[in-house]
Amino acid sequence: MNAPATFRSRGLTHLEQLEAESIHIMREVLAEAERPVMLYSIGKDSAVMLHLARKAFFPAPPPFPLLHVDTTWKFRDMYALRERAAREAGMELIVHRNPEAERLGINPFDHGSLHTDLWKTQGLRQALDQHGFDAAFGGARRDEDKSRAKERIFSFRSAHHRWDPKNQRPELWSLYNARKSRGETMRVFPLSNWTELDVWQYIHAEDIPIVPLYLAAARPTVERDGMILMVDDDRFRLREGEVPAWRSVRFRTLGCYPLTGAVESRASTLPEIIQEMLLATTSERQNRAIDHDGAASMERKKQEGYF
Amino acid sequence: MDALHHVAPAQAGATELDEDPARAGQRKSLLRLLTCGSVDDGKSTLLGRLLYDSKMVLDDQLEALEADSRKSGTQGDRLDFALLVDGLSAEREQGITIDVAYRFFATERRKFIVADTPGHEQYTRNMVTGASTADLAIILVDARKGVLTQTRRHSHLVHLLGIRHVVLAVSKMDLVDFSEDRFEAIVADYRAFATEIGIAEFTAIPIAALSGDNIASLSAATPWYRGASLLEHLETVPLAAARSDGGAFQMPVQWVNRPNSGFRGYSGRIVGGTVRPGDDIVILPSGLTSRVERIVTFDGDLDRAVNGQSVTLTLADEVDCSRGEVIASAAAAPEVADVLAANLVWMSDEPLAPGRSYWLKIGAVTVSATIGAVDHIVDVETGRPAAARLLALNDIGHCELSLDRPVAAIPYARSRELGAFILIDKLSHATAAAGMIDALPRRAALGRETGESDRIVWLTGVAREDRAGIAATAQRKLQAMGRMSFILDEEAIRGDLNSDLTAGPPDSTEHARRVRAVAALMSRAGLHVLVAADVPAAEAWPGRALTPADLEQEGGAEWVI
Ligand SMILES: Nc1nc2c(ncn2[C@@H]2O[C@H](COP(=O)(O)OP(=O)(O)O)[C@@H](O)[C@H]2O)c(=O)[nH]1
Repeated sequence: MNAPATFRSRGLTHLEQLEAESIHIMREVLAEAERPVMLYSIGKDSAVMLHLARKAFFPAPPPFPLLHVDTTWKFRDMYALRERAAREAGMELIVHRNPEAERLGINPFDHGSLHTDLWKTQGLRQALDQHGFDAAFGGARRDEDKSRAKERIFSFRSAHHRWDPKNQRPELWSLYNARKSRGETMRVFPLSNWTELDVWQYIHAEDIPIVPLYLAAARPTVERDGMILMVDDDRFRLREGEVPAWRSVRFRTLGCYPLTGAVESRASTLPEIIQEMLLATTSERQNRAIDHDGAASMERKKQEGYF
Repeated sequence: MDALHHVAPAQAGATELDEDPARAGQRKSLLRLLTCGSVDDGKSTLLGRLLYDSKMVLDDQLEALEADSRKSGTQGDRLDFALLVDGLSAEREQGITIDVAYRFFATERRKFIVADTPGHEQYTRNMVTGASTADLAIILVDARKGVLTQTRRHSHLVHLLGIRHVVLAVSKMDLVDFSEDRFEAIVADYRAFATEIGIAEFTAIPIAALSGDNIASLSAATPWYRGASLLEHLETVPLAAARSDGGAFQMPVQWVNRPNSGFRGYSGRIVGGTVRPGDDIVILPSGLTSRVERIVTFDGDLDRAVNGQSVTLTLADEVDCSRGEVIASAAAAPEVADVLAANLVWMSDEPLAPGRSYWLKIGAVTVSATIGAVDHIVDVETGRPAAARLLALNDIGHCELSLDRPVAAIPYARSRELGAFILIDKLSHATAAAGMIDALPRRAALGRETGESDRIVWLTGVAREDRAGIAATAQRKLQAMGRMSFILDEEAIRGDLNSDLTAGPPDSTEHARRVRAVAALMSRAGLHVLVAADVPAAEAWPGRALTPADLEQEGGAEWVI
């Protein structure tokens, strides 16, 4: 984000300031934690976070591994980008799949919220414990949802990964208190102060590779319970009378494909997406099935250790 | 190495002529602000209104708002904007600590981050947290009520935290018939008070958040008002590009970047001034000097970097420089100090016991600090000092802190970045206090220049029953070398000096403080001090703390010299 001097004399732009703040946060974690890891979910926020990590530690590669807590139900395009992004960043990629979920064949069609709990929540805990990570970077932003507005940048978890809402620390200036007792871990959110629009503008400005699913294209879809779902592979279970239809769609967030709703759109370039965003009339989480099970659900999931 | 990264045209060509609307949106500036108001002054309504008027409220949220407004709103059929931001009441009921919620909105020209500090309990702690990062504060005053005690409290804190831009938003103007006289009376009242506490300038705006008057655009209801609407003011208020210390370059080193033997870079975020290759720098506190060789970034080397940027510097010489040190312009380097006079805002349920030691984090360094006596506490309502011995939750007090090693520091009034610190409880790791340096007094005792502390040895880490024997042996050796020594044990100190203390906390920290003070005085007088009293390991400083392992080493008894 190096701008010409004329422009610099007016001070840093909001994206330059956000970038500098995120880099500062990452360096603090690296300096104070024993064994950090970056949670990499392959979405746009992860893409930005990874890009910022490459900037923070350049010319060294980011000195920690990437961790993907896999559910086996991500979009195929996501798996393709995952390997490439890790390789090009020069980072080790750890893929964790909860062996119990794998054994039980947990899937989004039969198991509802158990799917998220076992694959993601339990999977994440297993991976952190197994590798002894004491700090995990996550790409969550405060603008995602009303309940996240008060989330700290450094969020502490007990030895059992519980989030104790009564025991979070005030964050003053940019002086982060990263001290913790043995066994405690922290989640750190370097993108806390970014909005969805900032993320897109930054991806555009920095030419950051993203999963093509964010751009509109004709894709095989079905409409179900008010959501447009993509039929990404032949594990998709069609209901009575459902016939996949080609629609021009894109995704605002990416998760497990049978749980992620698409929006109809013709925006096939980043400027078009940004233009659509500026005119957008719904919030990005609306298209995630997981967030619909009740107002307090995000809060509960967080207490249980889901991001 | 970075095939994924292409230099985007925006970096080279983000000029004013850039036509691409997506890129035009990248050149906003960023303003962080804080809203202060007492319960029911209309803070939530104002915030909701700002989000709504800057089109940050989307259809699904608006639908939810309409439904909520009908169900639990206070506005009949009208939208209750307060519900847009009121996500915190449920948590308050559950007893969850909420210090600050952050809201975001943007206009064509600026992105805004609003720190919203809810509730009245914990108010000082919350507001100080929100204010610590804010450039501007909106102080809400209900037009019917005028300037209240709370208004004074908010203003004191805003001033204490060094927020330069203050907006006095006189709210609910509709309830006083948009009366110019009423507005002017409140402004005059506030001006008298603001001047008294040192707020030199503020901008007063008459608003009605519910109906949107003077929020996004000027209202026909206040033809007498000549200023800008609130949103326009927020969009145009000038931001100090370099607010730290008159533009002298400073950068705390966060991390030393050494990917291979051929590269050694110092990474950090610039907190003041500008840096260019070739600039002479000094490393603090060591005082070593060198020159900047390169400014390294992922996007290529820079020919200059400014306040606020995160960069990596390489230096022309192979000098020692590690995390926590500050690289600063050699021409105008900050001072180095191991005593700080500061205002502390106490944030922990456990009160401050003078004499206790805490971790102190300033810039990128964490040192051990002992807090001396509290000079006074500040009454945030009157601004007047009051006597106190302890600092409890939400108290603001002035005291002196002694550090176990020197740090680069600047008074807070001149640098928010090198003038602010946090205190961390050594046991619970909680953030116990926020501190703002107001002066760097010369060190009175415990001088390190003369090596006084080298003459203090703490035997407190070895078993109590062994201490007397070890101390006696050491004393004999010292005597043989012609050196005078004193064994400072419980008997020596409890007999008289500490006879008013009881065993166990909180008196044990006071006990340790007195032991330390006596040891320091003796050592200044030229004695070797062998401390055999009962003092916890964390309090065993300055000087050398002996461990049982030291004694087991070959020639273990030689430690004394
Ligand atoms: N008449 C009038 N009422 C207002 C205005 N702003 C807020 N209120 C009302 O004042 C009450 C308190 O407002 P709220 O925003 O919840 O206050 P908070 O406690 O400061 O967040 C509510 O009943 C609001 O509807 C205004 O501009 N005019």
